[in-house]
Amino acid sequence: MTVKECYEAFGGNYDEVISRLRTDERVAKFLKRVLDDGSYQLLIDSIATNNVDEAFRAAHTLKGVCGNLSITQFGESSSALCEYLRENRVIDGKVMSMLEPVKADYELTINSIKQLDC
Amino acid sequence: MSRRSILIVDDSELNRALLSDMLESDYDIIEAENGKEAIRILHERELEISLMLLDIVMPEMNGFEVLEVMNQKDWIKSIPVIMISAETSSTSIDRAYDLGAVDYISRPFDERTVKHRVNSNFMLSLRQAEMTELLSSQIYQKEKDNSLMIEILSHIVEFRNGESGLHVINVNTITKMLLEALVKKTDKYPLTNQDIRTIVTASALHDIGKISVPSEILNKPGRFTPEEFAIMKQHTVEGSNMLDALPFHKDDPLVKISYEICRWHHERYDGRGYPDGLVGENIPISAQVVAMADVYDALTAERCYKPKIEPDKAVQMIMNGECGQFNPILTECLLEILPRLKTELKALSLESNTEAKLQETVKQILKSDSNGVSDRSITLLEKERQKFQYLSDISLEITFDYTLVPEIMVLSDFGAKRLELPVRIADPSKSVAWNKIFKPEDFARFKDLLRHTNPANSVVIDKFKFNIGGEEKWGKVIAKAMWSDAEPPQLEGAIGKIIDVDDEVKAMADFERRANHDAKTGLFNYNVAKKHIDMELAMNDGTKYVLAMFDLDNFKQANDVYGHLFGDEILMAIADRLRKNMRSTDIASRMGGDEFIFFMEYSGNYEPQIKRIFKNLTQPYKEFNVGVSMGIVTSDRYNGNYDDLFAMADEAMYIVKKNGKNSYHVYGSDENK
Repeated sequence: MTVKECYEAFGGNYDEVISRLRTDERVAKFLKRVLDDGSYQLLIDSIATNNVDEAFRAAHTLKGVCGNLSITQFGESSSALCEYLRENRVIDGKVMSMLEPVKADYELTINSIKQLDC
Repeated sequence: MSRRSILIVDDSELNRALLSDMLESDYDIIEAENGKEAIRILHERELEISLMLLDIVMPEMNGFEVLEVMNQKDWIKSIPVIMISAETSSTSIDRAYDLGAVDYISRPFDERTVKHRVNSNFMLSLRQAEMTELLSSQIYQKEKDNSLMIEILSHIVEFRNGESGLHVINVNTITKMLLEALVKKTDKYPLTNQDIRTIVTASALHDIGKISVPSEILNKPGRFTPEEFAIMKQHTVEGSNMLDALPFHKDDPLVKISYEICRWHHERYDGRGYPDGLVGENIPISAQVVAMADVYDALTAERCYKPKIEPDKAVQMIMNGECGQFNPILTECLLEILPRLKTELKALSLESNTEAKLQETVKQILKSDSNGVSDRSITLLEKERQKFQYLSDISLEITFDYTLVPEIMVLSDFGAKRLELPVRIADPSKSVAWNKIFKPEDFARFKDLLRHTNPANSVVIDKFKFNIGGEEKWGKVIAKAMWSDAEPPQLEGAIGKIIDVDDEVKAMADFERRANHDAKTGLFNYNVAKKHIDMELAMNDGTKYVLAMFDLDNFKQANDVYGHLFGDEILMAIADRLRKNMRSTDIASRMGGDEFIFFMEYSGNYEPQIKRIFKNLTQPYKEFNVGVSMGIVTSDRYNGNYDDLFAMADEAMYIVKKNGKNSYHVYGSDENK
């Protein structure tokens, strides 16, 4: 799978990321680092342990990473969660329901990245 | 441009990696994953970091808190901060700017934007640093000028017998006040603050040419004969010639202005001054002002030939043209500053003037001069000035931090490299490596000097011979002794620097040689020769000497017939002949005009030596038949008084003249006949 195909697969904006980061190699290099990034796991764990501040920061980091790599779809779901946490400072049923698309988008993104050629 | 470090503070490793990837081709990157770590890194490596990229939302300590700490520690002034947060609300941006951030890069990161913002902010801070450096180097240059000046002056004061050093200081002060009044009054003379500082400093040198005037004339209580006055007048030309012959700093504005002042401070506005008879504005303003300052101080001071005159009367005399015609604008200035002159000159002492000058210098330089230095740079300078490291970095000097208990000498990196020593020397007094560079007795003297300071007066300045890279070199040590706050205060150590002044000291030695020698013939000045002869005679170790004096017969005619240039040529030829016939231990000197003396050792019979010299001297020079009337006296007649011996030689010479010239006569040789 090429970088461009990968972006199509996880619902990202390839044109935008390539205009900012200039080369496929660099984009691929950083996409792969998403695999090792602990922020997603931190988000899941913080919600499980009812740690709102930590959950907010984790969501915020994910939002930033997605923004930088133009991972649009995953970015939108984590951004929505982040803003909800910032506003409400509580882990409630709404958070749980917002977490579902975040989980799905994360899986989709991760699996697409794993199929990259290089 | 050297690479500099950028500190990236972001809790997301991925974000840091992304930024680092964009910037690492141009900068060294340091990363911090939260605010606390950033502060720790700043503590340790503040001077390395030239720019910071800062996220806002972070665990442990967020970006705003980091900015607050940077404000408290004053780091915010020296390290530009660019915010890189995903927080794009205007309130967070405003808050960051309020806390001193210089720029904002929004996410997602665009490589061109990141590079451009970082580069331009980096260049901006670099320029600021350069300006700070420029400022420091100005202050440093001033310090160097001053110390050079003081060395030259103190040297010359030794040669001046009559006036006290106060004349130089007074002329200095009057010159400054006149110039300040002048620029307020008219913009006819475009003088910058820098120009004024230079003229004031140079004014101290106005009379250096007097070292070539024999002290008998210089300190003569009565009126000068026309010949004496002619010699006296020469001090203007001699002074400017000396500056022309300076082996160092030749193109320095200070030397150029000094030349103007030395040569033309006896010119008068109506063209009736000397040596060149310049008229009106052809006389440089520097010389015009110093001329007036010189005259005013000479009038109001007591001299060997006159009592002192009250200030009001002195100004009246100057206005009446009794001391020659001055520029009318300057006369007005003098009248204006008269009330202040009366009080300020009285209050002057050597110390207070130097101190005032220093403070003034710093004030002047810090006041935005022509180079428009911003307040921010000045604040930066103030901050940096306290930093030892920084100073040594920019001036490439050997700086040190010395602690007494336990005894440790810490050198700057540059200093350690230059001296080929480790940065930290434990127990320097006993360190072989340190003793090799700084001799134990010299180091002991240095420590002694420190011990004799006190908290209020803690600066030590002295010269020592250092062994640097196997070569003996003169170094000036400037150090501040550090005293504890305890009661009584304890000496804790010192900080300071070692400046290489080897070139300067050597140049001074050369300068001294020039000062000791007659400019025209290269022989000793008479007063120097006299001092040497006096010393040799006083030793009274059984060595026999002859003292001879002679003048040239018909020298006046040579001047009249062939001109002064030819006259000078003859004098140089005679000096040359004398030199060729002298051994290195003998002394020859021109007393003035066409009168010479020489003093030499002999054993057995001196006659053949004298005969040979006489024959040599009296060979024709070009179309001129050189005749010499020479009086000789032997040291057997020495009675402990040089002047008596000199009078005998003079008497012997007189006998030759009486008997038809062009011969020599030994004092007392006719007694037995």
